[in-house]
Amino acid sequence: MAYSVKVLDHYENPRNVGTFDKDDLSIGTGMVGAPACGDVMKLQIKVSDNGVIEDAKFKTYGCGSAIASSSLLTEWVKGKTLEEATQIKNSEIAEELALPPVKIHCSVLAEDAIKAAIADYQKKSEA
Amino acid sequence: MTVYMDYNATTPVADEVLAEMLPYLSKQFGNPSGRHSQGRIARAALDQSREQVAALVNAQPSQIIFTSGASEANNLAVKGWPCHRESTCTAVSAIEHPSVLAPALYQQQCGKKMKTIAVDEDGRVSRTALEGVLEEGAGMVSVMMANNETGVIQDIGMISRCAHEHGALVHSDAAQAVGKIKVDFVASEVDMMSLSAHKLYGPKGVGALVVSKSLDLAAQIHGGGQENGMRSGTENVAGIVGFGAAADLALRQLESYQAQMDVLRNYLESCLRTLDGVVLFADQAHRIPNTVCIALPGLDGETAVMMLDQDGIAVSSGSSCASGSTEPSHVLLAMGVDPDVARCAIRISLGKQNTVADIDTLISALERHIDSMGSMSAAYYSS
Amino acid sequence: MSELKYPIYLDYAATTPVDPRVAEEMMGCLTMDGNFGNAASRSHTFGWNAEAAIDKARGHVADLLNADPREIIWTSGATESDNLAIKGTAHFNRKKGKHIITSKTEHKAVLDSCRQLEREGFEVSYLTPEDSGLLDLEKLKAEIRDDTILVSIMHVNNEVGVIQDIEAIGEITRERGVLFHCDAAQSAGKVPIDLEKLKVDLMSFSAHKIYGPKGIGALYVRRKPRVRLEAQMHGGGHERGMRSGTLATHQIVGMGAAFRIAKEEMVEENARLMKLRNRLWNGLKDIEEVYLNGDLEQRVPGNMNISFNFVEGESLIMALKDMAVSSGSACTSASLEPSYVLRALGREDELAHSSIRFSLGRFTTTENVDFVVKTVRGKVDKLRALSPLWDMYKEGIDLSTVEWAAH
Repeated sequence: MAYSVKVLDHYENPRNVGTFDKDDLSIGTGMVGAPACGDVMKLQIKVSDNGVIEDAKFKTYGCGSAIASSSLLTEWVKGKTLEEATQIKNSEIAEELALPPVKIHCSVLAEDAIKAAIADYQKKSEA
Repeated sequence: MTVYMDYNATTPVADEVLAEMLPYLSKQFGNPSGRHSQGRIARAALDQSREQVAALVNAQPSQIIFTSGASEANNLAVKGWPCHRESTCTAVSAIEHPSVLAPALYQQQCGKKMKTIAVDEDGRVSRTALEGVLEEGAGMVSVMMANNETGVIQDIGMISRCAHEHGALVHSDAAQAVGKIKVDFVASEVDMMSLSAHKLYGPKGVGALVVSKSLDLAAQIHGGGQENGMRSGTENVAGIVGFGAAADLALRQLESYQAQMDVLRNYLESCLRTLDGVVLFADQAHRIPNTVCIALPGLDGETAVMMLDQDGIAVSSGSSCASGSTEPSHVLLAMGVDPDVARCAIRISLGKQNTVADIDTLISALERHIDSMGSMSAAYYSS
Repeated sequence: MSELKYPIYLDYAATTPVDPRVAEEMMGCLTMDGNFGNAASRSHTFGWNAEAAIDKARGHVADLLNADPREIIWTSGATESDNLAIKGTAHFNRKKGKHIITSKTEHKAVLDSCRQLEREGFEVSYLTPEDSGLLDLEKLKAEIRDDTILVSIMHVNNEVGVIQDIEAIGEITRERGVLFHCDAAQSAGKVPIDLEKLKVDLMSFSAHKIYGPKGIGALYVRRKPRVRLEAQMHGGGHERGMRSGTLATHQIVGMGAAFRIAKEEMVEENARLMKLRNRLWNGLKDIEEVYLNGDLEQRVPGNMNISFNFVEGESLIMALKDMAVSSGSACTSASLEPSYVLRALGREDELAHSSIRFSLGRFTTTENVDFVVKTVRGKVDKLRALSPLWDMYKEGIDLSTVEWAAH
């Protein structure tokens, strides 16, 4: 199984690796997956007052495709409104990274991660 | 100086084929199941070979299951054909190779039915004989494409159509046919076809079963799930690469091979016909172009072959299998040949390295032995 | 000093390159000017020469094992040998009993042969090894029943390299009148095998794990007391009726040469590999949260199977692109399932997912090992910096108490 050039690039030079303070009200944190399944993704977004994602950071335990999916996602969500970010589909990630069928679940996980991060942010701001 | 004329037993590996194989014994030695670059290189080599073998018989690469040889392929076909069909009865022609006959007999021991399809005096399966076993309920018929001893080619298209009309499956052992005549998996309409590399200037220890996509075959060797679960075991990468290269070579050289064999065999047969009392089996039948099966009544086949070996000439007294038995050939007996004549059978199978001079050597040796046998029996009778 | 070549091959347990000396002998059995005949051709020199070469190779294989050459049956590899041994003896002895004992850490060829027998109505007990990977023989004894016909236990495990006490197992099975099959694909040429002494009835071998070619193997079938089995491949009656099919002379000659060389060089080679393996382990064992899988003492010199906690195995393999290693066994590494062997050793899924098998061999050098140590340390650091699990561990969170959003 050979990885695509884009997966290799994100894997070798992951973008936006890091952590925000998860207790900060402007931060939404999504953590999905399970160690037993071989992948855990943590995605964090920093949201401005007008509902735009200013910054994003991730950490991922998983295969190269999982790391690349989350790295790509942090690039994509920056500058998007929450509404726009919710609409990112796993198929778009899979297509951009040319993921083989056995790795499609990595893109699904990434989609789940952004949805979870947005939900977390919204929950905190409503509270 | 030795003359090899036993190409139906095995062939030497062509130099071009060996050259393709060698890298896979040294630098490119990876296990195709490995995920690192060595593994991927080996996997790519398997893919290419699969395409080459498929091209030789006009099949899809995905229809090729690599095995350790035609014997294993025949076992897989005869024991693995889908038994959830209505009938579990296997019908095999009377002249099949032991690796088809023996598994069919084994199936019978396990309580399944087996039938034998009779052949005519040229060793061919007739429509009537075939319809007989089909009407008796055969669910699968196995008839070889070309016979290893006589070289006789079956009308496999007719056999397939007839079997399919009766709802039966068809397997054909094409080990002796590929590389010698055009073999077309699609046109022949068979459901399964066995191939061997070492009969077509490839290495020993590798073969294939070509299987039509709709068949749900039962694997016979279980384990790591290689070959889509149909044949477990680490792939013989160098062997498979050699098979692919040999298939490719055979496809490219088919016409020149046939032309060369036609010249040699016509010359051989014309010389043989000058020998006293010689019998040429099935010489009017449609045969693969390299095979001649004869008998010199009065000269025991086994003895003749041993004497020829002393002269540095390698031919065979019948099929080449491990039993080492002195029983007359089951193929000739099935064709109705008298057992005493069948015991005198000699198979001459020609190949790419043979020349007209080789044939002259063979003929003069045969003449010498016939003369000495004549004088020996004359001496016997006069004493 | 030799120049380092990339990738560095550290997957000798998956397969090995053919030793140049072996390749040389194989090449002599292929082309027109070589020994290309069919050994079944009983009537001419070409056939006899092939047969003589095969007999000589049979002698070399028997020599390494202290067996009689007549006890060696050629097959297409250890997978076929395992199939023949297990299904062949089960089918032959089905009237005596229908119970078979094996272990959960056997090679797929053994496990899948057993599964097939279960479909045919046999009953199979699967022993769970201790966390060291070794079997508790009291548990084996307790499983043996009056209708047990066969025990199949591997000599050396392909993933974790642990060596089972087959001498003791043989004593138990012989006393109880049960046949003992042992898959020795990973042990031949690495661990001394004396079949005069060991009470093993059937033993499977492979050539390509010890610098011979792929596509050839053997099954040892004991003559005294005589072991009988039903052939699984029928035909011309080669190999005394136990395995039909034209013998691949070059392959067999290659296996013979590989076994001969293994016998000559095993002691020296093992000592060298032991040093390299210790150098590898000493270079890695002080990394935080690193675990060795399988017993360290009862282990073949070339194998190290290590879990790097909080780093996922596949991404680590990707990071180690300058070396060829494997996670789990080669046969299953296309799947996303964690290794069933490590699970049977009681490793939780996380650690199983984080495992790498380094297997060292004839062409591994000290420089190779030093490079591996340096690279692995760097890459584990890098991937842990990316790992949310590592952060949680560092924060003192017990991961087993976390509720994961499974997907």
